[in-house]
Amino acid sequence: MTAATPLLRLSNLRIEADVHPRSGPRPPLLEGLSLDLAEGQVLAIVGESGSGKTMAARAVLDLLAPGVRRTGGSIQLSGRELTALSPDQMRAVRGGDIGMVFQEPMVSLNPAIPIGKQLAEGLRLHRKLPEAEIRRQCLEMLRRVQIADPEKCLAAYPHEFSGGMRQRIMLASVMLLKPRLLIADEPTTALDTLSQREVLELMVELARDYRVAVLLITHDLGLVAKYAEKVVVLEKGKLVEAGDTRQVLTAPEHPYTQRLVGSLPRRSDGRQALAPDAPVLLSVKGCCIDYAGKPGLLWAGPPKRVVHGVDLAVRAGEILAVVGASGSGKSTLGRAMLGLKPIAEGAVTFDGVDIARMRPEQMRAFRRDAQLVFQDPFSSLDPRWRVGQIIAAALRNVPGLDARQRRERVERILEEVGLGGFADRHPHQMSGGQRQRVAIARAVVSRPRLVIADEPVSALDMTIQLQVLDLFQALQAQYGFACVFITHDLAVVEQIADTVLVLSQGRVVETGTVEAVFAAPQHAYTQALLAATPALAAVALAG
Amino acid sequence: MKPSMLSGAKPNAVIGGLLVGGLLVVVLLGYVWTPYDPIAIDLAHPLAPPSWTHWFGSDEFGRDVLSRAMLGARISVTIALGVVAAAVIAGTLIGAIAGFLRGWVDRVIMSVNDAILAFPGMLLALALIAVLGSNRGSIILALSVAYLPSIVRVVRGAVLSIREREYVEASKVVGDGALYTMVRHVLPNALPPVVVLATSLFGWVVLSESALSFLGVGVPPPAPTWGNMLSAARPYMENASWLSVTPGVCIALTLLGVNLLGDALRDRLDPRRDA
Repeated sequence: MTAATPLLRLSNLRIEADVHPRSGPRPPLLEGLSLDLAEGQVLAIVGESGSGKTMAARAVLDLLAPGVRRTGGSIQLSGRELTALSPDQMRAVRGGDIGMVFQEPMVSLNPAIPIGKQLAEGLRLHRKLPEAEIRRQCLEMLRRVQIADPEKCLAAYPHEFSGGMRQRIMLASVMLLKPRLLIADEPTTALDTLSQREVLELMVELARDYRVAVLLITHDLGLVAKYAEKVVVLEKGKLVEAGDTRQVLTAPEHPYTQRLVGSLPRRSDGRQALAPDAPVLLSVKGCCIDYAGKPGLLWAGPPKRVVHGVDLAVRAGEILAVVGASGSGKSTLGRAMLGLKPIAEGAVTFDGVDIARMRPEQMRAFRRDAQLVFQDPFSSLDPRWRVGQIIAAALRNVPGLDARQRRERVERILEEVGLGGFADRHPHQMSGGQRQRVAIARAVVSRPRLVIADEPVSALDMTIQLQVLDLFQALQAQYGFACVFITHDLAVVEQIADTVLVLSQGRVVETGTVEAVFAAPQHAYTQALLAATPALAAVALAG
Repeated sequence: MKPSMLSGAKPNAVIGGLLVGGLLVVVLLGYVWTPYDPIAIDLAHPLAPPSWTHWFGSDEFGRDVLSRAMLGARISVTIALGVVAAAVIAGTLIGAIAGFLRGWVDRVIMSVNDAILAFPGMLLALALIAVLGSNRGSIILALSVAYLPSIVRVVRGAVLSIREREYVEASKVVGDGALYTMVRHVLPNALPPVVVLATSLFGWVVLSESALSFLGVGVPPPAPTWGNMLSAARPYMENASWLSVTPGVCIALTLLGVNLLGDALRDRLDPRRDA
């Protein structure tokens, strides 16, 4: 094939939603997208939610959702116009020529069918092969994606595997057909840092070995820097910048790209060093937490220990980051610190008092002094309440405030989080970032001394993440509350925390100041985590 | 944002509103005026087909079908409203208590509930009426008991699921008491399925009341209900179809109206749908 005909060429792709007679004309969801992808190349489409990046990928496969259609432009695969194909011809292209890996490995494998059958399905449809040959190829591919026991895997069901394993199986099922183009739509967004790296490494390696081009859809510039050769940046359905990854990321021309690049978390210099004699506010000693066992026919099975003997201390005004992969017990630990989850052994003391033994009035004070910010701003706000009510509810149990003072406090905190005038909105009328601001406002409006933030930004887009983190930092500086910041993202830790505690499978593996741990990680797990964190620095190093 | 009552109204709200509104007008009108005395027997003109003197015809005793349907609307609607109100209020309360307290209280409530649920509702109602006697009050009571368990189940399920939501945990973190959280956060979010269930319940009750009359244990004659009118019309189905068509159409239109209005009500109560 000559360089003149790229493997995939999109020109002037345009996607619009069907116009509802009552809503009037709306801007197209995607407009004027053109790109060339050469054989064996990795090209990333970057953008935030709503930028149309997923839509572009789905359009290539003619898999747009109902109510959305391609209204212009052409899609060529090796010079063949895909938009002119009949549905039957298109079916042969899907899977056969173009494979797709979806974002959510939990739902993209059918839970009721064994892996082996799902893997074989594609081969059976696209290549007429004898059963023994299909089985041989499946086993080989599973081995290739580093599944420990391929024979056993064939007979197993999806729920027996973790997210990272499922995404590998997904990858195997797609690669089995030896497509020429692989479309990966946020393939690792749902995974933690370590599995994310493993899956992506594997994907890029497979792509190289089989000379498959990859169209990587992502919002994570760190991943782009590390894995993609070319990048296309989308903003609100429009292409704003395209080119070689290194060039776009190191010298972005469009203001939006500059903002995206600028929103990668980095260490802020302004953070005041903590007073060395700050008193310990919260301390956790030998904390073990059990989950109830699986319910059996008559009685529950033995409890499962998820947190093993954790010790930690948070001083007044300190930000402690608790880092760990999903399943490391970090959220459970966070809830235990607030007395929301009973602990099996050990003790949590706040201000010198064991929270399990607090008298009612001490408990009431504790409930004012310690607050929680949840990960998911969609489920942490009551959908029936208005924003003003939600925040005011946090002041209900603060003594000595009359109605007017409460209203003033609510108005003031709304101004501070940049949501002045939003008091009458319902949560569903706001974006994810705005909702998370409401959740933060609710947590700090009662002037607590401790805020536990459970992955407060991991559900948000990159630029929004930065804004919310900045806001959180500003509020922390202003009110001086201590904070336990639970996260899986080391870049965020570096930006915000004083000290860090690394949790692996319910055990503390490393703890220390952020500077010390980042400069010289002692434990192998921390080293692996640090190495897996994609950063823009990688580009600079590679160049 | 806020559309005026009519411009933003959905078709189901308009049609449902008109049907239910019409029903209420007929019920109220029945108190002050009916074309004839609904229970006055006129043996000179039995089974008269619809005409200008008897719009919807007359029955086997020469009673005016329209007048009887108007009075029957009042009785049928009172019974249905009474049953729905009693079952929903009691069911929500019991279901909420079970979901709120959990543990052995939940287990006891749900065991009794499931035991009742295991009986066919009609059989249970029949047994209760047999004990209590056949009058309007005992019919309401019997049908309420028969329909209660399904409401309890729905409410308990919703409460159990809502109480695990993060905003409920958030309410706990700011120091709200369990009862406050229950009343302000859990119950309001658990109610939408109950609203839907209540509207379909209204329909079932009208039908059940007809069935009870059909079986001869409903509201005793000569007082008309749509149900006993239907049941009395059975022998004349072939040569005096107006006898069954009138109450049948009344029941169908009422069900349609209540269901449409219930859907509209549920949408209206959901803040997520007003955008």
